[in-house]
Amino acid sequence: MSDLSLERAAPRGMIALRGDFDSLAGPCREITGADLPAPLGAAGEGRALLWMSPDELLLLCDPGDVGEVLARLGEALAAQHHLASDVSDARVVFTLRGPGVRDALARITPCDMRPGRFHVGQVRRTRLGQVAAAIRLTGDAAAEVYCFRSVGDYVERLLATALESANRERVAL
Amino acid sequence: MLLLTCPACGVAADETELAPGGEAHLTRVGPDGDDASFEGYLFQRANPRGVHFERWRHVYGCGKWFHAARDTATLEVFGTYSAQTTAPPDDILDKIKARRPGWEGNA
Amino acid sequence: MSTRLKAGGRRVDPGKPVTFRFNGRKLKGFAGDTLASALLANDQLLVGRSFKYHRPRGIVASGVEEPNALVNLGEGARLEPNARATTTELFDGLVARSQNHWPSLDFDVGAINARLSRLLPAGFYYKMFMHPRPFWKHVYEPFIRKSAGLGEAPTDADADTYEHYYAHVDVLIVGGGVAGLQAALAAGRAGRSVLLMEQGAHWGGRTPVDGGEIDGGDAAGWIDAAVRELEGLDNVQLRLRCMGAGVYDHGYVTGYERLMDHRPGAPGPRHRLWRVRAERIIVATGALERPLSFAGNDLPGVMLASAVRDYIVEYGVSTGDRTVLVTNNDDGYRTALAVLDAGLDVVAVLDARTSATGALPEQVRGRGVRVLTGKGVAKATGGKRLEAVHVCAQAGEGAVIETIPCECLAMSGGWSPVVHLWSHTGGKLSWDAERAFFRPDPDRAPTGADGEAVVDIAGAANGHLGLAAILEDAHRAGGGEGAPAPGTQPEEAPLHPVWMMPDNARIELREKMWLDFQNDVKVSDVRLAAQEGYESVEHTKRYTTLGMATDQGKLSNINGLAVLAQALDEDIPAVGTTTFRPPYTPISMGAITGDARGELFQPIRRTVLHEWHERRGAYWEPVGHWRRPYCYPEGGESHGEAVAREVKNTRQAVGMLDASTLGKIVVKGPDAGRFLDMLYTNMMSTLPVGRCRYGLMCSENGFLIDDGVVARLDDDTWLCHTTTGGSDRIHAHMEEWLQTEWWDWQVYTANLTEQYAQIAVVGPKARAVLEKLGGMDVSADALKFMDWRDGELGGQPVRVFRISFSGELSYEIATPAGRGRELWDRLFEAGAEFGVMPYGTEALHVMRAEKGFIMIGDETDGTVIPQDLGLGWAISKKKDDFLGKRAQERSHMTDPNRWQLVGLLTEDGSVLPDGAYIVEDGTNANGQRNVQGRVTSTYHSPTLGRGIAMALLHRGPARMGEVVEANKVDGGTVAAKVVSPVFYDPEGEKQNV
Repeated sequence: MSDLSLERAAPRGMIALRGDFDSLAGPCREITGADLPAPLGAAGEGRALLWMSPDELLLLCDPGDVGEVLARLGEALAAQHHLASDVSDARVVFTLRGPGVRDALARITPCDMRPGRFHVGQVRRTRLGQVAAAIRLTGDAAAEVYCFRSVGDYVERLLATALESANRERVAL
Repeated sequence: MLLLTCPACGVAADETELAPGGEAHLTRVGPDGDDASFEGYLFQRANPRGVHFERWRHVYGCGKWFHAARDTATLEVFGTYSAQTTAPPDDILDKIKARRPGWEGNA
Repeated sequence: MSTRLKAGGRRVDPGKPVTFRFNGRKLKGFAGDTLASALLANDQLLVGRSFKYHRPRGIVASGVEEPNALVNLGEGARLEPNARATTTELFDGLVARSQNHWPSLDFDVGAINARLSRLLPAGFYYKMFMHPRPFWKHVYEPFIRKSAGLGEAPTDADADTYEHYYAHVDVLIVGGGVAGLQAALAAGRAGRSVLLMEQGAHWGGRTPVDGGEIDGGDAAGWIDAAVRELEGLDNVQLRLRCMGAGVYDHGYVTGYERLMDHRPGAPGPRHRLWRVRAERIIVATGALERPLSFAGNDLPGVMLASAVRDYIVEYGVSTGDRTVLVTNNDDGYRTALAVLDAGLDVVAVLDARTSATGALPEQVRGRGVRVLTGKGVAKATGGKRLEAVHVCAQAGEGAVIETIPCECLAMSGGWSPVVHLWSHTGGKLSWDAERAFFRPDPDRAPTGADGEAVVDIAGAANGHLGLAAILEDAHRAGGGEGAPAPGTQPEEAPLHPVWMMPDNARIELREKMWLDFQNDVKVSDVRLAAQEGYESVEHTKRYTTLGMATDQGKLSNINGLAVLAQALDEDIPAVGTTTFRPPYTPISMGAITGDARGELFQPIRRTVLHEWHERRGAYWEPVGHWRRPYCYPEGGESHGEAVAREVKNTRQAVGMLDASTLGKIVVKGPDAGRFLDMLYTNMMSTLPVGRCRYGLMCSENGFLIDDGVVARLDDDTWLCHTTTGGSDRIHAHMEEWLQTEWWDWQVYTANLTEQYAQIAVVGPKARAVLEKLGGMDVSADALKFMDWRDGELGGQPVRVFRISFSGELSYEIATPAGRGRELWDRLFEAGAEFGVMPYGTEALHVMRAEKGFIMIGDETDGTVIPQDLGLGWAISKKKDDFLGKRAQERSHMTDPNRWQLVGLLTEDGSVLPDGAYIVEDGTNANGQRNVQGRVTSTYHSPTLGRGIAMALLHRGPARMGEVVEANKVDGGTVAAKVVSPVFYDPEGEKQNV
């Protein structure tokens, strides 16, 4: 029997950054201290970079730093074709903790949650119930779920239902 | 329930994470096109029993479009490849010819 | 009499008595019983009435193939109709009622149908109820609905919860008999991830009952050891009460797990739908015994031979003191031995074969049982239960040689492999003439994404009926090395296929030979279908309803198509089988639904102002998945009154609208202007920074797909507003063109719809409200109509667009969503002294219609081009190309006879009905009134105090002043004058102040 918990995370700064990865690498390293993540990966502590697609990253920072980070990006990338958008208010993040995290999520996503297929540190954009969401495995027993703000209540209830069931019975993961 | 590997992110995506986009490698006919060629572009679609090239979007994933070559009858997938191309790549064509010796293309 | 044996059974625990109710009667059973075994233990032989003739029916089988013992299980919010008693585990307090009878099971009025059976042949309903036509609705259908049908639909909402589970495995094995266990051992030991599903509550399948030795010991011991070993493997998942329901493309399999059916009310989901992606699927679903077709084979007391021994061995239930066995194979003799071992009498064995000299028949003979070879059953007789078996020569026409009184007739017509899951996704079958069954053709297996076989099949399901062959086959399928544990069983002689008993049965016997017990289809029906020209097995199935009941013909299919083949004088493989479709047995609607019910039925999208609207008493309108306030009724106001008040207040003072749901897509890059010029019909590249422009988007077909205001943010950045419903769709549309056509253009897009809350402040006093809040210059000079500016209002960062969808002075103010509520509250507070009121989507609609503004989805329906709507001004003549341009030049699009936008004013001031047609003289070829247009928007205008409407009318703009007739819902028409669609402030003076 696992003991899973669910929390709506405190607001965080999120910047959707599109561009050629070669030109994004330098400014991103300066701002986050991290190299660009591999596909489906994440990089950085504190300020972090999540891989969204071959031309998109999600840069995470303190909500208060968004303006400064956007300004620095704009300056560093002034000569490069890119698009940096503040999406901090567009999404909500949930944190899930407990050893049954994979098992709970397997109830609501077609994404392969097996340890050998979805590694700790990776990010998967997928479907959660009936909406789009991203899952970031932050540890063996911890995950973050990102979804659009408007469906936050739906996702929260969906996660709570899955967690409650996984708390009752670990099925396969 | 197809399972297609998105070439943009490498994820083997469930059909419920994908959106179909119909026949691939159509050539757009713009204002200069005559009625017949415009009609062909808008409405005429191949509907082969067998090898077919299609467009898909990994809509619940990385959001990228890609191409898939598959058999519409057996659902065998010969491969998926970039959306940014006007023709199937050679390695996919070679694979199709190896798997379907009689196949001579859909043209 | 059927009764409980002192000796007990393998599965039941006499130390744990259980009480339950059947048709109100309190009965006793034991833990481990099924409802069927407990009913038999209580001598409840009669369990239901048949579907068509209301014949008394008893339990025939012991598993999923049971056609008769269907009950209404449970009560109220936990009522499940058509529950199979044979697969329902007994629990304390279980309540079941039999189905399809009135007024009672024992005395059923519908049984009169049985007397009329000669009048109810195959196709009866099709032939009889065709004419006269009105009779169908008023006479036939109500009568048929009342007399047909099995279970009772529950009326209460389901009290239980359900869930899905997505699993990904290397190997999925369906079936937990010895084959499934052996395959799991082989695959599990090789380190593959394995999921093993067994539909029942026990491992090992039939083997413990049927006997035999594995690895030199008894089979039950081997099964226990195998399960223990598998439980110890981390890479193996074992699921009991979990049925492989369907096999689909690319290794996708659904499983149906019944978690709480045996302990209702326990916490947790009742059913779980497994959605499995397997690299390899092994079907180990065993085989089902076939009944024999003889007259009276549906009497309570006539059972499958395998079921008789299951009830004795597994549940310690006798199905009668005196048993007659009728068989065409050696396996049936196992039942005779089980009956004898239980201390009961086998009166005779009727073996249709001319000789029976195998090990099993010899054992039975050795125990003093009379074995009559070359004999069959002429008919079984009795009322609500079997009383006697009448013996005849199998080769004859049914003359009775001898009559044997008995309580139980065990029948065995041989076995059919359960090939359903192999066949679901295209696995082919071949006919095994020697064993008389269809078996999987290994060369034509279902293939997966790589084009190679993805489904394998093993054991009895693969046509292997001996223990040794089953284990070897399963070991192979599981990928095992070397040899598996050896299995030993007595050798069996070949069966002799018997499709009708006796061979030359007369018509009066054929009319009492049931093929499909549940749907009441007899040998005579199938033969009649053949006579009437039904040659295809699929047609015969639908004409006779053979195999169309909830059991999907598990017992009847092979016998039925063999009878059809005989009648058509064809070989069985030439007739073929009907299509096997998922699910293998019915699964609950709840399992399919999963968690998508109640609040999770559908995601509801909420703006950050949702709570405020709710508190204000908003009446909601669903717009896509959003909920938007339709209006905010006050006091005892009707919705119409509230809308009128909101419109008036906005036009006279100031109103506030939550516009957050409108799409907001940023488009940026060196080629962004060029891209938007392709996307919109008008020119966006020339839009100055700081300005807004209304734009139209068309599909390549030329049809209008969306509209909205575009703002130029800086040199290479535009912000495109879309309709509420268009946000995701238009963003996808943009990405599609960028990724798949113009991938060398340097453009990025981002859908920022949810990043911002957007609030419209509308009305003559709108500026005063903003000025009260202060922080930026919103004067007519600083912020002109169609300008936008970034700034601050009341200390909050905002972007203000001076745009109007109402015709009034109007500001749309965007702020990060997290501060949207704060801004709304401040604006509302500031607006108090100016009489601010919130308004909803209906007031929005009324005001835009008063102004003649179109609404996507009202004036458009996927066949309307901008030119139809008088929007030619928004189509650039300068651009060489844009999406839809070429299509709009097609002859049908430029035809002057198109329906085009006008306004309508009813002569009597009334409001036209939604969707009304504008009629024309005469009728079309179908006798319907000709039409010349249709109403697209219609409202009561509080501003004008009368009904106004927009309509698409044939050559409309050329017909101003003409009076046309629009039809009404209750018949009749209303006269309306054709006018300009702009009803209010045609000069646009109000918005430009």
